Amino acid sequence: MTSVRTSKTGLQVLAEFHYVPPKVERGYANQTLYINVSDHTISAKPVDERMKNTFVGGRGFGLWLLWNGVTEKTRWNDPENEVILSSGPIGGTTSYPGSGKSIAVSLSPLTHSVMDSNVGGHYGPLLKFAGWDAIEVQGIASEEVIVFVDGNRGLVQILAAPEQADDSYELPRQIVEMFADTPDERVGISSVSSGPGAAHTLMGCLNVSFYDPRRQFPRLKQAGRGGIGTVLRQKRVKALVVKYVGVKAESNGPADWPSLVAVGSKMHREIHDQDPVMNDMRGGGTTMLTAIMNNFDLLPVNNFRFGSHPEAARLAKPAFLPYLSQGIPNGCWYGCTLACASCAEGFELRTGPLRGQKVPIDGPEYETIAGIGSNCGIFEPADVLEANFYCDTYGIDTISFGTALAFAMECYESGVLNRARTGGLELNFGNSSAMLEVLHQMGRGEGFGMVLGQGVRGMKDLFVKKYGADVQFLQDIGMECKGLEYSEYVTKESIAQQGGYGLANKGPQHDEAWLIFMDAINKQIPTFEDKAEALHYFPMFRTWFGLNGLCKLPWNDVEPADNRKKHEPREAARVPEHVGNYVQLFRAVTGREDVQEPKDLIRMSEKVYNFQRLFNLRMGFGRRAQDAVPYRSMGPVTVEEYESRAERYDQQLAELGLVPADMSTAEKVAALRAHREGRYEELVDAVYKRRGWTKDGIPTLETVRQLGIDYPDVVALIAKHS
Amino acid sequence: MKTLTFRADLCNGCRVCEETCAQTYFKVTDNLKSSIRIYEAEGTPPQFSANFCNQCGECIDICPTMALRRDKNGIVRLDKRLCVGCLSCVGFCPNAAMRIHAELAVPFKCVACGQCAKKCPTGALSVEEVADAELTVTEIRLKAVAA
Repeated sequence: MTSVRTSKTGLQVLAEFHYVPPKVERGYANQTLYINVSDHTISAKPVDERMKNTFVGGRGFGLWLLWNGVTEKTRWNDPENEVILSSGPIGGTTSYPGSGKSIAVSLSPLTHSVMDSNVGGHYGPLLKFAGWDAIEVQGIASEEVIVFVDGNRGLVQILAAPEQADDSYELPRQIVEMFADTPDERVGISSVSSGPGAAHTLMGCLNVSFYDPRRQFPRLKQAGRGGIGTVLRQKRVKALVVKYVGVKAESNGPADWPSLVAVGSKMHREIHDQDPVMNDMRGGGTTMLTAIMNNFDLLPVNNFRFGSHPEAARLAKPAFLPYLSQGIPNGCWYGCTLACASCAEGFELRTGPLRGQKVPIDGPEYETIAGIGSNCGIFEPADVLEANFYCDTYGIDTISFGTALAFAMECYESGVLNRARTGGLELNFGNSSAMLEVLHQMGRGEGFGMVLGQGVRGMKDLFVKKYGADVQFLQDIGMECKGLEYSEYVTKESIAQQGGYGLANKGPQHDEAWLIFMDAINKQIPTFEDKAEALHYFPMFRTWFGLNGLCKLPWNDVEPADNRKKHEPREAARVPEHVGNYVQLFRAVTGREDVQEPKDLIRMSEKVYNFQRLFNLRMGFGRRAQDAVPYRSMGPVTVEEYESRAERYDQQLAELGLVPADMSTAEKVAALRAHREGRYEELVDAVYKRRGWTKDGIPTLETVRQLGIDYPDVVALIAKHS
Repeated sequence: MKTLTFRADLCNGCRVCEETCAQTYFKVTDNLKSSIRIYEAEGTPPQFSANFCNQCGECIDICPTMALRRDKNGIVRLDKRLCVGCLSCVGFCPNAAMRIHAELAVPFKCVACGQCAKKCPTGALSVEEVADAELTVTEIRLKAVAA
């Protein structure tokens, strides 16, 4: 085998596997692909009915495959760890917006527990059409490899790739040219790659490509959270590549095409009518969020100290529009007319290895703007775009990068760090040049970039041990939970969202719950029971998207015109008509007659969500202690923070029967803290109760039995901890 | 460019145009497979309106696979080989004139062939030359690449 080279790519074939691509039926190819890059095993694993009924697909399949692939002793950098990608039964549907997501699952280098991260791009759907519901990559290769799946020929290869680029600017372009036999085939190629920054840090992202036939280059979407890109690079996998040419309306094998036609064309029309008068996602993606968050005091500024800034308008949507190419499709899968995947074209870089070149940039997303921008005190759109490009190119998660840098900047300004400790970088808030330099250091694997790349939790440990920093202060200001950096929303005034972040299975990412408006602005969930119900329903409902290969945005970033007239506010927040669409969509694809109403969707998620909680437990986490959040997410840590919003906080203390006028600011900070920390514990109690968990946050045997996830090793795990 | 045109004052609502279109392209009598649709408004005497593609080309910029292109006569045509059945064009047609049928995997639309006009007993339909539509963003980009 070792002398064989593929005729087209010229790459050495290390192993190959031939198969007959099955026809996708009702959203499933009914097999998953197992690859071991250590010993070059390539094999098919069957997908049975119990696996489909219990885990559905996507994140569920990833969790189940990983559960069976690792032990409680497996660490993220062991060969046993896996990188798994799976779309889900609805994934690959072309007729309903937002139906092309993939979910990556792995043991995370940041949390050391199980991680899931969702991503657009064409990989997951094309992989399914190539005959695989998931790909599971285990082992560590002895040399740099590309894993290639050719769904038209029925061929899987592990290819030596010593000379291909290792960054996600050049590599996806090279891959398109290497694997497309004709220009028309370029749209049938998708790759998953990371970059050198992922190899040098713990916060590596995956870039998933889709070829844009108008712009004529591969676009990138990111599975950013939790360092799965770091795992991929640690395995010496330069890229996972799939080729499937010939996507059609019927490729996903839906059970009921007429029903899909009805629900899909209705939704497209709704987006046509409603998006322009609602969020205008088509006109600039999520960039519109910056101004909204700033207006509601929710935009993170200077490491989440504040929620707004006078200069925030410089990072608002109008500042980015001149960079974006508009008027052509921006969906990251066919048929996504919400089309939030903005693209800046012809952006001239001012720093780094590609300085002076004009490049395209996918994004920016709100999270990137808030994370690298306002949260680091940076209000220059061009610098945010430049950092966005290099994060993607180096394979670094923009959210973890922004939140970690904001933490380092506060450490610098508070004296924990200094120029000697940063290697000469002046890490003041607002220093764009230092921000870009530390990013390039992460790409090169040198200097303070290597420190920042350990993430907030790693830096906290290091600064305490090496510099004698105050443990409590770093714990208070270090915006991580479970080892994962916070995404970019200020939660101080929303206790429900404090729980939305703190109780999230993978760590503080808003894809589980975003309850700030419902809780703090619109006051729709006043009691702990109300909040607990919201922290049951919404995480379960949002989990369902990740089981099916769906994007969350078309659920509630556009609404039917009569949504808020037809339903009382709390019900309207669920967007009942769209929930009904999803029941119809699921049935139309899978033909499952047992799914009749919205609660059936929730039930599907409960199985997987509880399983993931128990997976955390199995890895040594998953208990109440891991749901603790930094005080910066609950309230003002410092006197300066308190005084910036003194009127609001004083009023709250007065409502507690205290007399703020008689107290020093330090006393007021302490009193507010005691109150808010107590309320967080009350919230946790209420949520655990609602979810059927013990006071320590462990799903009970009864809960597990009711959900049908009482596998012997799950039962044994619970018994061990009871 | 050419486009189908309609005169409401001449239409008697006989729907021969719908039957002709469905028969011409799908060999069926199912009028839901007609690219032209006649609608009756309430009132006396009855008033009719027609809905069909006016070749404006907005769908060209909506299609993710570039399956919709304008031919040399200005007619917007769907290349079925490239169509993935996403229905974006159906939802985003400004005139709701791009159609899909439950039995079909790809949309269809009026291509101003004139068959319905030939059969129209009252002369309400005709194919006429009109001013060219403005270039779409896609067409401008393709011209730039070609140049």
